[in-house]
Amino acid sequence: MSTIATDNPMNILTEAEIGEIENEIRHLPDRRSAAIDGLKIVQAYRGWISDESLGAIAELLGMSIDELDGIATFYNLIYRQPVGDKVILFCDSVSCWLMDGDAVCQKIKQILDIDYGETTTDNQYTLLPVTCLGDCDHAPAMMVGDELHHDLTPDNVGECLK
Amino acid sequence: MTDKPLTQNIIGFEGPTDLSRYQVNGGYSALRSTIGKTDPDAVLELIKDSDLKGRGGAGFPTGMKWSFVPKPDGKGHRYLIANADEMEPGTFKDRILMEKDPHQLIEGMILSAYTISADIGYIFIRAEYHTAIARLNEAISDAQAANLLGNNILESDYSFRLHVHVSAGRYICGEETALLNSLEGKRAIPRAKPPFPQVSGLWGRPTIVNNVETLCNITHIVKHGPDWFKALGKGVDGGTKLFGASGRVKHPGCWELPMGTSIREILEVHAGGMADGYELKGFLPGGASTDFLTPDHLDIPMEYDTVMKAGSRMGTGTMIILDDRSCPVGMIANLEKFFARESCGFCTPCREGLPWVQQILDRIEAGDGEMSDLDILERQSQFIGAIGNTHCAHAPGAIEPLASGMKYFRDDFIAHIEGKACPYTTGP
Repeated sequence: MSTIATDNPMNILTEAEIGEIENEIRHLPDRRSAAIDGLKIVQAYRGWISDESLGAIAELLGMSIDELDGIATFYNLIYRQPVGDKVILFCDSVSCWLMDGDAVCQKIKQILDIDYGETTTDNQYTLLPVTCLGDCDHAPAMMVGDELHHDLTPDNVGECLK
Repeated sequence: MTDKPLTQNIIGFEGPTDLSRYQVNGGYSALRSTIGKTDPDAVLELIKDSDLKGRGGAGFPTGMKWSFVPKPDGKGHRYLIANADEMEPGTFKDRILMEKDPHQLIEGMILSAYTISADIGYIFIRAEYHTAIARLNEAISDAQAANLLGNNILESDYSFRLHVHVSAGRYICGEETALLNSLEGKRAIPRAKPPFPQVSGLWGRPTIVNNVETLCNITHIVKHGPDWFKALGKGVDGGTKLFGASGRVKHPGCWELPMGTSIREILEVHAGGMADGYELKGFLPGGASTDFLTPDHLDIPMEYDTVMKAGSRMGTGTMIILDDRSCPVGMIANLEKFFARESCGFCTPCREGLPWVQQILDRIEAGDGEMSDLDILERQSQFIGAIGNTHCAHAPGAIEPLASGMKYFRDDFIAHIEGKACPYTTGP
C-alpha cells in the first residue's frame, strides 16, 4: 500500500500545470492516457516528481497512486528523486564503450566527485547512464542538459562541465 | 533522377531543408499528384510492387504490412505512427533524416496515411533528440500553413493530423506494441500478438507503425515508381539504405548506398578502413541485437537474405566494429548489461535470464570465471534466445551477439578463464 496522501490537486499543482495537462487530455480518448504527459509537464516545472506531485497528478487523472507510480518509475527520464540543475546523460552503450567511453566517464566522476545516480553537492549536476544517443560516428557522446557533446576524451570532457 | 533519394537534400548542404528548399528538388510533388487524385489502393499496389522492406531492423515487407489494415469502417480513428525512437546501440541514421530533411518524413507519412486511410499520425521520438523534435515541429507547422497537412489537404476530402510525441525514455519503446502502450500513457510493455496492430493497435484501432527511414522511402517510390526503386539496389533487395560504421575505423559515418553494397566496400571505401594501429576482429552488421560476423564475411552484400544466410541479420544497417585491441568478452558484457537493464521485466526468461548472463560475463571479464560458466551461458542462450518464450524479440535479440560471440571468440573466453584476467587490459 502506498502511504502517499491524496489531496485536492488544486492545492498542489499550479494552474499552469493543470491547464497544460487538461490540454493534453483534450486530444486523448480518456484522462489516464495523459499519465506520461502529466508527469512530464510537472517535471518540466519542478525538475522531478515528488510523492506529493505524483499523488496530485493521479488524483487529477482519476488513477490510483500506485498505478501512476508504476508508470513513473518505468521511464528513465521521469525522475522520482531530485536531480541537479543539469542532468548528464552519459552514453554507456557499445560504440561509446569501444571508443573508451569508460575512461571519459571515470574522468567525469572524478571531476564532479559523484557516481552514477548522484548529484553534486552544489546541486549543479546529476550523472546518469543512458542508452545509445545515436551519435556513434562521434563516440563517446553525452547530453548535458539539452546539449549534445561528442568526440569526448578524458582530456576534453572537463570543458563540457564548465 | 537521383540515385541517393533519401539524402539528396542533405549531401553537401548544411541544412535543415525548409519548406521552400524541400520543394526545389520536387518535394511535395508526389503528394500533390496523389492526394484526392489517386486511389489509395493504387498507391498500396505501388508500395507492394516495390518490395520495400522495413528499415527499422526486421525487414518485413512494408506493402504486405499495410495490406493487413482492414477497410475503413467509419467507426473511429485510424493511426499511422513513425517509429523515431532510435535507440538500438550503434544506430545513427534516423536522427540524420529528421534533423536535416524533416519534410521528407512528413510527406512520406502523409502519403502512407492516405494509403491506409489513417486520419491521425504520431512521430514517436526519444526525448534526447532535441534538434530533430524542434525541426519536425517547425516543419509540421509550415506544412499545415501551406495546406499540405491538416484538414482537407490541398482542398481534397482527405484530412490528416500529425503530432510529435516526445517519449520519456526506455529502449523497449522501439518495439512497436510497447510503443503503442507508451503512447496510451502506460508502461511500455510489449503486447502479445495476435491481435496485430494493423487490426487492433493504438486504443484498439487499426494502426501502422513504420520506421522513419521506411516512411522516407515512400515519397520516392510514389514519385518514381517501383521499377526505378528496385533498380537502385545492386542485388535482390531494391532501393538504397543508410549504412553506417562506428568503432575504430578511420572515418566513422553514415552513407546512403545501394542495397546490396558489400560490407567490404562500406568498411574499406566509405569508412576508410581500420584506424591506424587497429585490425578488424569482428563486427555486428546492424546494431546491438545482431549476430557477430568476422573478416571472413567481408564480401557479403548487405541484403536481408544474404546476411541472414551468413548467420546474422542486416538489422538497422549500421555496423559496430570490433577491433583487435578491444576485448570481445568486455564488449559482449557491455551489450548484455544494456539488454538486461532495458528489459521491460514482463517475461521471465528476459527479466531473470539476462541479468544472470550479465553477471557471468562480468565475472569472466574480471578473471573470476570458470569453464562451467561457458556451459551455463550456452544453455541460457538456448532458453532466452528461443523465439516464442517471450512476448517480443528483446531477449532473442540480446542473445544474438552472445551466442555468435561465444562461437567466434571462444578462445578469448577461455583465455580469460585460464589466465584469470582479461588479456586485453593494458592498464591505466
